[in-house]
Amino acid sequence: MATLDSKIPSGPLADKWRKHKTEIKLVNPANKRKYEIIVVGAGLAGASAAATLAELGYRVKNFVFHDSPRRAHSIAAQGGINAAKNYQNDGDSVYRLFYDTIKGGDYRAREANVHRLAEVSVNIIDQCVAQGVPFAREYGGLLANRSFGGAQVSRTFYARGQTGQQLLLGAYSALSRMVGAGGVELHTNSEMLDLVVVGGHAKGIIVRDLITGEITRHAADAVILATGGYGNVFNLSTYARQSNATAIWRAYKRGACFANPCFTQIHPTCIPVSGDYQSKLTLMSESLRNDGRIWVPKNKEDRRKDPNSIPEADRDYYLERMYPSFGNLAPRDIASRAAKRVCDEGRGAGESGLGVYLDFSDAIRRLGEAGVRERYGNLFDIYHEITAESGYRTPMRIYPAVHYTMGGLWVDYNLMSNLPGLFVLGEANFSDHGANRLGASALMQGLADGYFVVPYTVGDYLASQKPGSRPSPDAPEFREAATAVTGQTAHFLGINGREPVSHFHKRLGKIMWDGCGMARTAATLQKALAEIPPLREEFWASVKVPGSADTLNQSLEQAGRVGDFLELGELMCRDALTREESCGGHFREEHQYPDGECKRDDEHFAHVAAWEYQGAGQTPRRNIEPLQYEFVKMSVRNYK
Amino acid sequence: MVAANSSQSISVTLRVWRQTGPFQPGRFVDYPARDLNPNMSFLEMLDVVNDGLTVAGDEPIAFAHDCREGICGTCSLTINGKPHGPGQGIATCQTYVRSFKDGDIIVVEPFRARAFPLVRDLVTDRSAFDKIQQAGGFISVRTGAAPDANSIPVPKPDAELAMDAAACIGCGACVAACKNSSAMLFVAAKVSQFGLLPQGQAERDRRVLAMVSTMDGLGFGNCTNQYECSAACPKLISHDFIARLNRDYLTASLRQAFTPAPAGADGGAG
Ligand SMILES: Cc1cc2nc3c(=O)[nH]c(=O)nc-3n(C[C@H](O)[C@H](O)[C@H](O)COP(=O)(O)OP(=O)(O)OC[C@H]3O[C@@H](n4cnc5c(N)ncnc54)[C@H](O)[C@@H]3O)c2cc1C
Ligand code: FES
Repeated sequence: MATLDSKIPSGPLADKWRKHKTEIKLVNPANKRKYEIIVVGAGLAGASAAATLAELGYRVKNFVFHDSPRRAHSIAAQGGINAAKNYQNDGDSVYRLFYDTIKGGDYRAREANVHRLAEVSVNIIDQCVAQGVPFAREYGGLLANRSFGGAQVSRTFYARGQTGQQLLLGAYSALSRMVGAGGVELHTNSEMLDLVVVGGHAKGIIVRDLITGEITRHAADAVILATGGYGNVFNLSTYARQSNATAIWRAYKRGACFANPCFTQIHPTCIPVSGDYQSKLTLMSESLRNDGRIWVPKNKEDRRKDPNSIPEADRDYYLERMYPSFGNLAPRDIASRAAKRVCDEGRGAGESGLGVYLDFSDAIRRLGEAGVRERYGNLFDIYHEITAESGYRTPMRIYPAVHYTMGGLWVDYNLMSNLPGLFVLGEANFSDHGANRLGASALMQGLADGYFVVPYTVGDYLASQKPGSRPSPDAPEFREAATAVTGQTAHFLGINGREPVSHFHKRLGKIMWDGCGMARTAATLQKALAEIPPLREEFWASVKVPGSADTLNQSLEQAGRVGDFLELGELMCRDALTREESCGGHFREEHQYPDGECKRDDEHFAHVAAWEYQGAGQTPRRNIEPLQYEFVKMSVRNYK
Repeated sequence: MVAANSSQSISVTLRVWRQTGPFQPGRFVDYPARDLNPNMSFLEMLDVVNDGLTVAGDEPIAFAHDCREGICGTCSLTINGKPHGPGQGIATCQTYVRSFKDGDIIVVEPFRARAFPLVRDLVTDRSAFDKIQQAGGFISVRTGAAPDANSIPVPKPDAELAMDAAACIGCGACVAACKNSSAMLFVAAKVSQFGLLPQGQAERDRRVLAMVSTMDGLGFGNCTNQYECSAACPKLISHDFIARLNRDYLTASLRQAFTPAPAGADGGAG
């Protein structure tokens, strides 16, 4: 059974990180270059970690399945990044950012981790500005801010609607610098297909070259996974098409615990689905909720009418009505469920009835069309490209979509999993957002983990590993893992079934959305749990994977990823079924207050559920890490 | 309204470049794409065609894509002779079937350029861009060594112009559109972003010299000021940045020629 020691330092909340940094072991500079560290992923978390570790003198190998590190999914983040700079003098502080994040996460995150995140947030902005990230500025030349859901201060830094792109390009430039300087060996088009564990420690990975099909073994003193989230288990989501769970899932099958897999975030402002050919859903940044007002018609009969013709008196600005103090800026989970509720009442807009209006006419009156264009121009452009409609003329139509996964591999305060030597950063870990992530906090967490946390904490582990003690990639554990990977490839190509991979992905996505989506019940989850295993069997018996193993073969790549989703989906449903409460993004209809809010059960579920693999076909073990709230009182979230 | 014209489906023929590897001969193959919803994206149409090929026992068409919202720079198709297709200021993935007419024959090719060798079908190797970046596309700032972010105000117009340049998604359409396969717009965008910001001044000369010389070494051609690059750019990055790059390059070259080399870097350490 896995031991889950969170290693939270003792002492006052605000001193923990400082104290920990002075107490953990260090690796002396001359020894650093004797250690090799594998970093998988070059999104915000991976690129920042790889660059920083190389600057410190470690030898870093960085693997990405993309053809360039600059293409990681982080590039798509639009709205912004939080930091407790209090540049607006509006009462922000490290404590307030900490508190908002804990509360936003519905009291299911660790206090110590979240406080550290808020502390280092200020350093992130300094770092990015120094790298040349062109954040938005005020006329005086100082940095501008906007506000985001779940906060009553303006602490979000942004670069038009392309904040993720600019932060990633900043991290990518730091990474490129270290690649050029020889500190990082970069492997693009390289997909990690297994984790190698030697003597109970993570010591390497197995990689497939996506262009040549070659399978290679790589040994290291520590392995860092920064491979992003797993929302594509739902097939339709705001994630990039290639985002997948394979790295963390295969690490799970090698012994790393998977924490809170059912905690997924449904984003309230996405462009609604238009047809069954659809491959992805496009997010409209939540920053739009700063100036856009969300409504549906009061009367069902009006739902197909031209929205501009519906008089003010017949509109229901339901977020402003239900949550007067936060209004359109209510946290994501709350805003998403409210949209579902009004649509379920039959008041949803558009052909499908699955849409609500996001209306900028007030903002245009206040700021002028040019003012709105300056703030959100590229988002309006995206909307226009996809729908051929102008958001300046007609209210946009939006609907919630899968957007982020708070769950991920379990890590301790050092960001190390229960498998020693395996570190997990960014969206791939579970650590900081509890049951619901606030807007603009994922970018903050990815960069905090990569620039400011793991560069310290990895040293604490490495100091316990003798330099030069890493195993050889010829060790039996590496050979066994590589053989298994080659075997899986051969197996896929040999099935020669009837249906393409996409067929199974779509069916799984539908099962997950219906059973384990925005609202869940024991019945929907049991249904999903009954449907997934046969679908998985059908997949392994009748998927068609054409082509060969030794060339670029996109069907083969997809097959491996969907095969993993078919297992992960089941674990998510199992986790959701066991957690008999509602919290944040995990809404069990059985557990709600009369007004439809989440009803937590702190007595029984104030804990992290960390699932441990027990072998194929075996029920995984549910381990528990109790959450101790020493500094904040767990209370019912109130955004009214 | 999205749904308004969705009933009028169209059918087209895709004339697609197929090539199993860099050293195999390539050729165009025609594929019918029938009953398409106009609100489908171009790449979704390829998904559907590929599923059909797979079921029929053929190999699907390899094409690069990821975010499908115009920001990652992965998608890279030349459609009817235009990198990223008929639209202005959009990437391949933001092209919709509604841009085509029933009965059209649509020619689909990879981004062609000497510095972007073909991998398979419509996929090319654009790692040359990464190499240019590694040569100097950065500001050397060690993690943790940065001053407070507001300690150096940046005039808003400079920040805005830097952001215009920084919007580059690194797709390579500029190279594919240029008859000389020049990468000047790509390099100009990065050099200008940093050159416009106070933080980028210390390495300004070194950066432009290193990036340009790496670009030249990788087989990109010269810029002859035709500006096809800006026209094809999905982010409409202005060719004015190329003029800025040329100025920076000239200044840096002159300064380099007339400045005595500094004494050995380790000289003063004691
Ligand atoms: C549309 C959209 C908008 C968003 N907007 C915001 C926002 O405004 N603010 C905010 O804070 N957050 C936002 N988010 C969330 C945020 O962007 C992500 O959570 C965050 O960027 C994840 O970063 P990451 O480094 O953990 O992973 P990613 O950026 O997903 O990177 C994963 C990396 O891992 C690599 N990889 C994965 N698996 C393997 C493997 N098996 N082998 C080799 N390499 C592998 C990939 O190549 C890639 O380099 C948004 C998300 C979406 C979808
Ligand atoms: S797929 Fe990302 S830009 Fe087109």
